[in-house]
Amino acid sequence: MGDALDGVSRPAILPRVSPDSAALDRSDDAALPARFDAWFARRGWRPHGHQLAMLEAARAGRSALLVAPTGGGKTLAGFLPSLVQLAEGRGSEDVGIHTLYVSPLKALTVDIHRNLLSPIEELDLEVRCETRTGDTPQAKRQRQRRRPPDILLTTPESLALLLSYHDAPQIFGGLACVVVDELHALADNKRGDLLSLGLARLQGLSPGLRRVGLSATVRDVDGLAAWLSTTGRREDPAVARVLASGGAKAEIDILTTRERLPWSGHMAVHALPEVYERIRRTRTALVFVNTRAQAELVFQGLWHLNDDKLPIGLHHGSLAAEQRRKVEAAIARGALRAVVATSSLDLGVDWAAVDLVVQIGAPKGVSRLMQRIGRANHRLDIPSRALLVPANRFEVLECRAAVEGVRAETLDGDPPLPGGLDVLAQHILGTACAGPFEPDALFDEVRRAAPYSDLARGDFDDVLDYVATGGYALRSYQRYRRLSRDAGGRYKIASPRHIKRYRMNVGTIVEAPTLTVRLGRGHSGGRVLGEVEEYFAMGLEPGDSFVFAGELLRFEGIRETTLVASRAQGGEPAVPAYVGGRLPLSTHLADRVRAMLEDPQAWGALPEAVSEWLRLQQWRSVMPPAEGLLVETFPRGGKAFLVAYCFEGRNAHQTLGMLLTRRMERAGLGPLGFVATDYVIAVWSLKPAEDMDALFDQDMLGDDLEEWMAESSMLRRTFRNVAVIAGLIEPRHPGREKSGRQVTFNADLIYDVLRKHQPDHVLLRATRRDAAGGLTDIGRLGAMLARVKGRIRHRALEKVSPLAVPVLLQIGKEQVYGLAFDELLDEGAQALIAEATGGRPQAELPI
Amino acid sequence: MSAAAESPAPDQGALEVNGAGLIADLSGALYWPTRRLLVVADLHLEKGSSYAPSGQLLPPYDSTATLERLATVCRRYRPSRVLCLGDSFHDGEASARLAAEDRARIEALTAAHDWTWLCGNHDPEPPADWGGRVERELVEGPLLFRHEALADRPAAGEVSGHFHPKASVKVRFRRLTARCFVTDGRRLILPAFGAYTGGLNVLEPAIAGLFPRGFQATLLGKRQAFAYPKRALVF
Repeated sequence: MGDALDGVSRPAILPRVSPDSAALDRSDDAALPARFDAWFARRGWRPHGHQLAMLEAARAGRSALLVAPTGGGKTLAGFLPSLVQLAEGRGSEDVGIHTLYVSPLKALTVDIHRNLLSPIEELDLEVRCETRTGDTPQAKRQRQRRRPPDILLTTPESLALLLSYHDAPQIFGGLACVVVDELHALADNKRGDLLSLGLARLQGLSPGLRRVGLSATVRDVDGLAAWLSTTGRREDPAVARVLASGGAKAEIDILTTRERLPWSGHMAVHALPEVYERIRRTRTALVFVNTRAQAELVFQGLWHLNDDKLPIGLHHGSLAAEQRRKVEAAIARGALRAVVATSSLDLGVDWAAVDLVVQIGAPKGVSRLMQRIGRANHRLDIPSRALLVPANRFEVLECRAAVEGVRAETLDGDPPLPGGLDVLAQHILGTACAGPFEPDALFDEVRRAAPYSDLARGDFDDVLDYVATGGYALRSYQRYRRLSRDAGGRYKIASPRHIKRYRMNVGTIVEAPTLTVRLGRGHSGGRVLGEVEEYFAMGLEPGDSFVFAGELLRFEGIRETTLVASRAQGGEPAVPAYVGGRLPLSTHLADRVRAMLEDPQAWGALPEAVSEWLRLQQWRSVMPPAEGLLVETFPRGGKAFLVAYCFEGRNAHQTLGMLLTRRMERAGLGPLGFVATDYVIAVWSLKPAEDMDALFDQDMLGDDLEEWMAESSMLRRTFRNVAVIAGLIEPRHPGREKSGRQVTFNADLIYDVLRKHQPDHVLLRATRRDAAGGLTDIGRLGAMLARVKGRIRHRALEKVSPLAVPVLLQIGKEQVYGLAFDELLDEGAQALIAEATGGRPQAELPI
Repeated sequence: MSAAAESPAPDQGALEVNGAGLIADLSGALYWPTRRLLVVADLHLEKGSSYAPSGQLLPPYDSTATLERLATVCRRYRPSRVLCLGDSFHDGEASARLAAEDRARIEALTAAHDWTWLCGNHDPEPPADWGGRVERELVEGPLLFRHEALADRPAAGEVSGHFHPKASVKVRFRRLTARCFVTDGRRLILPAFGAYTGGLNVLEPAIAGLFPRGFQATLLGKRQAFAYPKRALVF
């Protein structure tokens, strides 16, 4: 991988010369064996302080958490102790893997492997280093079990699979160290839960095992240390914390566009000429956007402007894997001038060539912004450059708040959630696949995984019963048990076919049903462009044009699991709502935006259009208070509007909208619909709401919420994920043809039956826990309602206020929620009646 | 497509097949008021437990759920006769796997009504010792009841199940899918009644091909049924 800054080619994991290493005391270098010292010297480098600190922790046999910004030689810091140890030689009795590296990305294991080979070669080490992922050929996998390498690079899923083999004790019996990369991206989700259980298992197989975590800068260092520990305790002294210095601060600009700043929308099309200008003046720019639809539009827009024929690429999760890899390789070579990307490029190896990061649309969180800025592989002593491009007026405020957050290094972060019971079920079955287990011993082991350190024995027993017999009150499956018990009370797998099923379905990533996008009209068709979520395809009519993989396509139809498209001949794309991947505003950022609104002193730094807009709001209404809640009501188009400035993020507002309209329905106000943005919620009704204290009373989170949640598609989706992870239903296999009758079991049907007949079943408990706990948005809503109680400021206006304009403009673009299934069905039927009787369908929006 | 099938019927739960006035109930049952006849299709009792031997332990409550719904709809219409259109039992072993409580539920139902089980492909020989008669087909006035529609016979008055029809419509960019009755005024296909029965889109050739002149699908909402012509449906 080339480095533009000095023209010297070198692997990305190696350290840079930077001020903090120059300041090192020479005596520290003595910690390095001569061979390594000489190697560093030959390269003209000195080790970073944090690399030596990691070595020291290893010498003391301690686990260690390294928190370092990008470009800090983090990966070498993680591997250096193992390389030193391996250079000193392993004992003849040490067989099996010495160091296990786990990364959330398959591609990362491949890159790290490549980058590790050169020090191994140059240091003349007798170390075998291999990768093992879903892509590894069967023959190589079998050989790896017979003759494990010294260093194995893998993913959480492949680790779970390895642990389910009967020879796992031989493979991992001599394991000295496990390195978890991008720990911040694993510690708060179910993949992390699965990995934590795997680590607990590894610790059982090799009690002396050290754990090493590598993380980007995070708010809660102790939380990550707790995750890495065997106690789950934040203050666990067994884990050394190594914090690398931050290097130079990033230089972040906000694009104050020459064009008029839009009132609403998220596409920032107005700013693209200026973005293109910046790309022209830069070597390589990463252009981050928030959604795939945005990625397609921005890419298309830049392409139109591209008179210089600059090589510009596109990267998002829906594109075919091969195409994504090609783009990644081109960035690594420095062959591209810009790449438009979604969160699909948030993680991964560093690219030396990237010298500008552009964020189009609001950053949504300070940590996320820092992570993205860090993707520019800057040297520690040279500031990385970033450009924020707000797409509308509210986003100007949000960008400003995010920049302040980055400067103050106040990161967002939510408290960790307890480990998922569905993941535990999968782990228990996997454990049984490897061999018989003692329930008490397994319970103790599981509790040594941090996310499960508070697991109740009752929950464990219920999950175990679920794995063994289904866990139903109606004990009808005794003869179909998956686990049986031997005379000593140990559980063992009842049939080899359960092992096969387990191995086919291991993992916690539940994909939404997708369709392959293929070019061509015929059945066999042409090139595969990528995949789209099923619901997106369902929104299209034959003849509709849409943008995908950077091309304007015409939707031809759906053949089995394939979306067939042809190249469209010009014209404007009709991009339907494509909300996938939209993140809500973080609480921390919301607080900053609120504070900014309330402080007119801060407005001077804003673009003229924005500060004038705020002054206008002050004059016509009031500013939303930093504490308390502003609610505006006004009539418009014969309807009564209510706009509440909650700043709790789109998802929380979505829920609030459901609850508010329910309550207004009961109060006879005739709610007609609502729309939620990250900042506000707007509801319109036949009659105006007057008693705001009653409307926003906290008790709406009681019965209403329960009732709504039980029926909501959110809970159904959560149940489907839980049921798939726990092995109750099998994920849909892409490519498997639908043969008249459906091949997969419909999770909705099971949910309805189970909810009615055994509402306390462990998988329903797991679902509710995920939905309520995982939905931090409900928590945000609860906290907001408590905070504003008695402090609601209601302004009854004669017409719409300046601050409310953006959300009203949003109404025409957003799907309207709050309408029940029957009402929509009725609306569709009525429209047909009107059409048939010659009347004009009245699909008008309320403004 | 006839003009009648072209626009939604005013009373949307009502159907007319070969001159007989029928009610499409939201439960998926069909009621024929003048004959006091209640018809249900594809109960698929013990479908859930049929997966257990392979290691997939689905909640074993589907038979209970199905039979409770059937009992509820019987209480509401008080029919003198009940007809099950086949595939009442998911497989040959299903009746043996039924829990004692569910067995009692069936016996109470067959004792209280004049009951007929038609044979289906899943249960070519439905158990005869549960009360009720077993038939292959049944003719009643203008209607003929059988498990599966026959493409090569006249459609007039044929009422069947087997296909588990469901239909999708698009309203405001949202795709809504529901179980449905399908009819062209000559033949009628009932939705599946069983709790674990999935569905087949009515636009699939297997169903659509039975209605060469188009059809109307009556979609079952939560509180009301809605009639849609074929052209308004999506895959």
